[in-house]
Amino acid sequence: MTNARLRLSEIHKAFGATLALRGVSLEVSAGEVHAVVGENGAGKSTLMNILSGALAPDRGTLELDGRPFAPADTLEARRHGVVMIHQELSLAPHLSVWENIMLGAEPHTAGWLHRREAKARARAALAQLGHGHLDLDAPAGSFSIATRQVIEIARALRAEPRVLIMDEPTSSLTQADAEKLFGVIRQLRDRGVGIIYISHFLEEVKRVADRFTVIKDGQSVGTGAIAEVTQANLVRLMVGREVTDLYPRSGATRGKVVLEVKNLHAGQRLSQASLTVAEGQIIGIAGLIGAGRTELVRALFGLDRCEGGVVTLESRTLTNPNPRVAWASGLGFLSENRKEEGLMLPLSIAENAILPKLGKFSRWGWIDRGKARDATRDWIAHLGIKAREPGQRVGELSGGNQQKVALARLLAYPARIFLLDEPTRGIDVGSKAQIYGLIAGLAREGRSVVLVSSYLPELFGMCDRIAVMRRGELVESRDTAAWTEASLMSAAIGTAA
Amino acid sequence: MNARNLLAKLGPFIGLLLVIALFSVPTEVRGYFLTYANFKIILTQTVIVAIGALGMTLIIVSGGIDLSVGSTIAFSGVVGALLIQRGWPTAAVVGVVIVSGAGIGLLNGVAIAGLRMMPFIITLGTLSIVRGAAQLLANNETVNYDSSPINEWMTTPDQAGWSLPAGAWILLGLAVATALFLRQTVLGRHVFAIGSNEATARLCGVRTVRTKIMIYTAAGALFGLAGLMQLSRLRVGDPTVAVGLELDIIAAVIIGGASLGGGVGTVLGSMIGAFIMAVLRNGSGQMGWPTSVQQIIIGVVIIAAVFLDRLRQAK
Repeated sequence: MTNARLRLSEIHKAFGATLALRGVSLEVSAGEVHAVVGENGAGKSTLMNILSGALAPDRGTLELDGRPFAPADTLEARRHGVVMIHQELSLAPHLSVWENIMLGAEPHTAGWLHRREAKARARAALAQLGHGHLDLDAPAGSFSIATRQVIEIARALRAEPRVLIMDEPTSSLTQADAEKLFGVIRQLRDRGVGIIYISHFLEEVKRVADRFTVIKDGQSVGTGAIAEVTQANLVRLMVGREVTDLYPRSGATRGKVVLEVKNLHAGQRLSQASLTVAEGQIIGIAGLIGAGRTELVRALFGLDRCEGGVVTLESRTLTNPNPRVAWASGLGFLSENRKEEGLMLPLSIAENAILPKLGKFSRWGWIDRGKARDATRDWIAHLGIKAREPGQRVGELSGGNQQKVALARLLAYPARIFLLDEPTRGIDVGSKAQIYGLIAGLAREGRSVVLVSSYLPELFGMCDRIAVMRRGELVESRDTAAWTEASLMSAAIGTAA
Repeated sequence: MNARNLLAKLGPFIGLLLVIALFSVPTEVRGYFLTYANFKIILTQTVIVAIGALGMTLIIVSGGIDLSVGSTIAFSGVVGALLIQRGWPTAAVVGVVIVSGAGIGLLNGVAIAGLRMMPFIITLGTLSIVRGAAQLLANNETVNYDSSPINEWMTTPDQAGWSLPAGAWILLGLAVATALFLRQTVLGRHVFAIGSNEATARLCGVRTVRTKIMIYTAAGALFGLAGLMQLSRLRVGDPTVAVGLELDIIAAVIIGGASLGGGVGTVLGSMIGAFIMAVLRNGSGQMGWPTSVQQIIIGVVIIAAVFLDRLRQAK
């Protein structure tokens, strides 16, 4: 094992009294895709911040190609060819594509920019990813999330990386875009780049990685060849317990129709959708990113303006719904954008969880803080939220726990029809299993769930019925048993199955 | 998309034409308003705000703000007047005044970037500190001096002739230099990157702290120069001058299409923004409208400009 490109031995890191890492070892060879898996809060982010130079370890050593590697900052790590692609896309939205790719490494003479050369190099990096046709002068913010990710990877490639760290690269990609990304990853691997691949999607890890290391509670607890491990074993290593049934079936009997949508039309992204949802039913909305799935649930909740169509909620017709009316009518909406829209990160768990029903916790406009805290404490216990107290800031929680707070808001109201947009995006396996359990429980109680997801196993595992959207249209809806992954993907892409 | 881009670029221009057209209609002022002599007056009236707007464009594009401009202008004027009083040569006066402006900018930049404090709050503090310092330095009275070549920067020997005052040429040169800097240099593009997404800029190895300190310092130097222009116009060092001028300067940049959120803005836009306000003031003056009415009009124009910008960005 002397030919490791990057070797970490016994890395320790503490934040105050919290031991984030207490002995992590990891070896990545050149030309290898190495998966790092673990629950959120296991210490992966800390580890990656150390690798990318953002943090220095308290103890332990890093070696790059046999030499000690102690980057003072991300810039120095990058200069050594260790480049990180973050989970949260980090582009400057106002700058053009080429400027984003070349940012920090612009070719120049005495500070004078060589625009043509910069563009040529940006174009070359994009071409390696099969996106040489992108408009280099368009602002990066004008592209879809998938394309923005391509731009970000191009930026990493421009630096001729020796080690590329990818943190949840597919969490906001559709299946088709993820496939393209896998192709790129294999191509990079074959060129000798060492790739560290962090993901919660174990199916993906199985497909794309060569080796793996499992991190649990700040320690590396297992490593080996991917081919020799089963998904169930990985999960057991990660959570230290057997997760037998990730997707609990609700087994709910379907009741009367509670929500009926006819020819809903809202803006350019949603041209036509019809849908019925019954009591106790979990209905999935599948489709590529940009197919209008988010727009559908947003329009139903009154966040976007409906331009046509009829929404009937428990035999009452909603005209021009707005979120306030939607809450009052028993709808609950979980935004796909947890950090920017779903939650108020600087505020407390209590404030986040009870916001829509502050009225119930107040008298004459005065909030009864004790009552609010008690109620929030119940939700923290009920949902297994890892938090110190109801007054803790939501921003301090891990992604999975943040999502549970967002769900607590819907449960606390209480909503009868749950519009969940990518509820498990970017969260750990343990929290996922809990959220799945929760959704199934809702259905058993006779509540209804509309589940928007880009992750097919989740849709197939959870839903009674799956509707597929394509280019702003809800094109087909079938019982889950009548779909196959292949037929569903063809419906989403628009090719004959 | 291209049509919208064009509209976005031409927006401030159209605004300027509209304002000029507005004052070209009433017969009582039309005759004089559109003359070259009046254009010269407007241009001269714009110089101080426009030079300030150059610095402010750098700051606003980088996602910051500077409220201490008016105070810096007064302070620089007082410093300049005191030095002239003591018989310093003009070149030294100009150099020291610009450096003193840059020094105030440096302090702002270090506090904002180095100590990571909010630009709004820091410069709200320096607004007061620098104004107080100017008054202290001037002993609470205007600083008089006999004469200086600086006095001639804002006038031409022949009031009606074609030649432009030195101040206008200095403004033009600085505007071209700032525009080239923002557009053609690596540092200039980093100003945009920081304003658009500072975390990303840092991640990509942009020296954000150093760049931000540089931005505030360079802007401070420009504000110092604007102070000299003010001195040239008043011909005394007045520590109470330019109160609230920062708002005019910020307004010029915003009317010119910059976003207070950072990442967006052009020198040309800011210059037109400054010009629009000067035209409004000049035209209103000729119409005999009181300053109270001018204030209201300028307020409406600022809101209208931002509203139009919002319309442009919405699909």
